[in-house]
Order: sequence, then C-alpha cells, then structure tokens
Amino acid sequence: MHPVRKQRLFIVLAIVALSSLAIGLLVYALSENINLFYPPAKFSANEVPRDVRVRAGGCVEPGSVVRESDSLQVSFWLVDGSGRLKVSYDGILPDLFAEGEAAVVNGAWEHDDVFYADQVLAKHDENYMPPEVAEAMNNGEKHQATCEEAKYGS
Amino acid sequence: MAWQWFHRLGSPRWFYEKSNRWLTWLIPLTLVLLATGFIWGLAFAPIDAKQGNSYRIIFIHMPAAVVALAGYYVMAIAGGIGLIWRMKLPLMMMKSAAPVGAVLTALTLITGSLWGHPTWGTFWEWDARNIFMLILLFLYLGIVLLGSVYPSRDAADKACALLALVGTVNVPIIYKSVDWWYSLHQPASIKFTGESSIYSSMLYPLLISVLGYYCLFSLALILYTRHEILVREARTKWVKDLLPLHSKGGRSASL
Repeated sequence: MHPVRKQRLFIVLAIVALSSLAIGLLVYALSENINLFYPPAKFSANEVPRDVRVRAGGCVEPGSVVRESDSLQVSFWLVDGSGRLKVSYDGILPDLFAEGEAAVVNGAWEHDDVFYADQVLAKHDENYMPPEVAEAMNNGEKHQATCEEAKYGS
Repeated sequence: MAWQWFHRLGSPRWFYEKSNRWLTWLIPLTLVLLATGFIWGLAFAPIDAKQGNSYRIIFIHMPAAVVALAGYYVMAIAGGIGLIWRMKLPLMMMKSAAPVGAVLTALTLITGSLWGHPTWGTFWEWDARNIFMLILLFLYLGIVLLGSVYPSRDAADKACALLALVGTVNVPIIYKSVDWWYSLHQPASIKFTGESSIYSSMLYPLLISVLGYYCLFSLALILYTRHEILVREARTKWVKDLLPLHSKGGRSASL
C-alpha cells in the first residue's frame, strides 16, 4: 500500500475510533437520562424523587389489577425481581395492557408511596406467536414466567 | 500488482457497464422477494396471539430498520474508501446511499409510529431506540444537505465522508439501545445467536422481506450511482459516446 494512503487510512481509523469514544462516553454519562423509566426496584430502594414527573416501568403483577365498578379508576402493582410499586390510574388502558405483561406509567410518586399515573403505556415483549401456539404453551403460566424473569437494565 | 483489482473497482465506467447487466436480474429479484414477503406476511401469516393483526406492520417496519442501519455502514465505508484512496466511484456511492437510507429511516419511523398507537398507546415516545433512530434520520438528511452546500464537489465529498464516518457510532447504539437502557421498545426478536422468539410461520416471510429490502437498497443505490456517474463524468469521452444526443460535444467527438 502506498505510504500516503496508509497514512490516510490511519487518520480515518483514528477519526472513527476517537469520535466513537467521545460519543460513547457522552452517551454513557447521559445513561441515567436516556433510561425511559425507573424499575420498581428503584422505588423500593427509595432512589426515585417524589412529587416530580417520572416514569415507572415493570411487569403488571398477575391478580393485582383492581377496577372501580363506577369509574375508570384502576390500580395495580408493578413488579420486577426485587421491588414492587403501587400504581393508581384514572383513564382508558391501552389494548395490550394485561396482567403479566410489561407496562410503562407516566406520573408522579407521592409521599403515600402510590404512583399516580396520568398515562399508561403497554410495553410489548419480543415474542410473536399465533394464538394456537400461545394456547398450547399454556399462556397463563408463561406470563407468570415472563413476570418472574422481568429484569430490566441488563 | 495486488491492488489492481481494487483500483479497477473504483472506475466509474467499469461500474456503469457492469451494473447494466446486474440490473437485468436484480430488478425482477427485488420485485419477487418483496411481493412474496409482503403478500405472505400481510395476508397469509397467522395473527399474533396478543397483538392480533396490528403486528403485521413488522413485515414493513423491521426490514426497513435493518437495511437503514446496514445502509449506513455501506455509506460510511464507501466514504472512508473514497477518503483514503481518493477514488471517484466510492464517493459517488456514498452520496447516492444517503437519500436511500433517509427514505428507509423515515419509513421505519412512520410505520413504527402507526404501530405504536394501538400497541403502546402513543404515536411517539422519547424512548432510547426512537431518539437514536431519529438521529440516524438527521445524519442521513445532514449528509444529503451537506453534499449540496459546498461549491466544490471535492470539498463536499470530504465533508460528507467525515460526517458519515463520525456518525457510524450511532449504528451500534441503535442496535443495543433496547438492551442498554430501560426502554419501551421491545428487544430484538431475531438473534444472531440463539433461538428467535418469533414463531417460524411469521419468521420466514419476515426473512424474505429483509432480503427483499436489501435487494431494494442495492437496486436504488445502483440506479442513483449510475445517475451520479453520468452527471460527474459528463465531460468524458465514454459518456459522450454513450449519450450523443444529450451533449453537444458528444456529436463532434463521435464524428
């Protein structure tokens, strides 16, 4: 290879490596801000600020969804491996919201340890399968398992 | 000379003549793959147990995203080769890849947003995956615009190649964003290692769509590059001979 080209090759590689390093460090430093939500474990560990708008995300604990009979008021628990968070919400839930599925809620964590959400988003998992297959795999148990292995922030 | 074959690859005339033959089979291949993937995926694949029919947007959304990311590497590597060896053809390919990648990225964002409304409950969320995909769109558009603001083509090519190279860091960030951060976007269903978490009757049409999108990207890249070759090499004899009616000098040259 021609020495001039070799030199240019090293310059190009250095530009890519150094800019990647710089942007990588920047993104790493901003990691906390890039996280879309706090997992329930952070709430249980009291690491989340109160009375400010934050997002929480986790698995909707099976059997924990309680609906009021005369309003849209609903409450449920979000769980992960090591934490639980009680969420209260007044509104229409997205179609994919279900017990044993992941959800992200937008709102504020008050001093009574309840998360008052004004928006609930359903977080879909990466599993795609036809209904027959889902039934054959015993859906209920699988969801339970999804909930148990729900560990975010790998 | 070991490098001779490499330098021949940099010849616009060689590419123009060869690509003529590639197009004769690439065009039907692209159409067949895309038609098969779309019709199979949109009409015949089973519905998803949880999402119902709305999951079908994956057949348009996910391959567009994959090829938008891969296309960025094509563009950046072409730019790098152009910078190092000062060859004409890679720089033309770099310039041609930018609008194609921008369209694919925009398609990904639009279809993702249409899917997000029924599934997540929102059209747009400032999720890591969404943010970095939006940055990818701005990078592509930035390269398209940067290429047109410089009065000198040489300076424009250098600036575009540098921006393309610096932007490559965004591609692995997009790819890993769903694993690195708490995000709303689901993790990858198709993995390089290990079992895919998408059922086989949905996976096959998806893979065909991915192949179809790759062919579509190659096709668009070749067509754009051929156009760019004719524009940039308009003064050379072979282009004038090729298009005698379009250039005044060409007629006298062929006499």
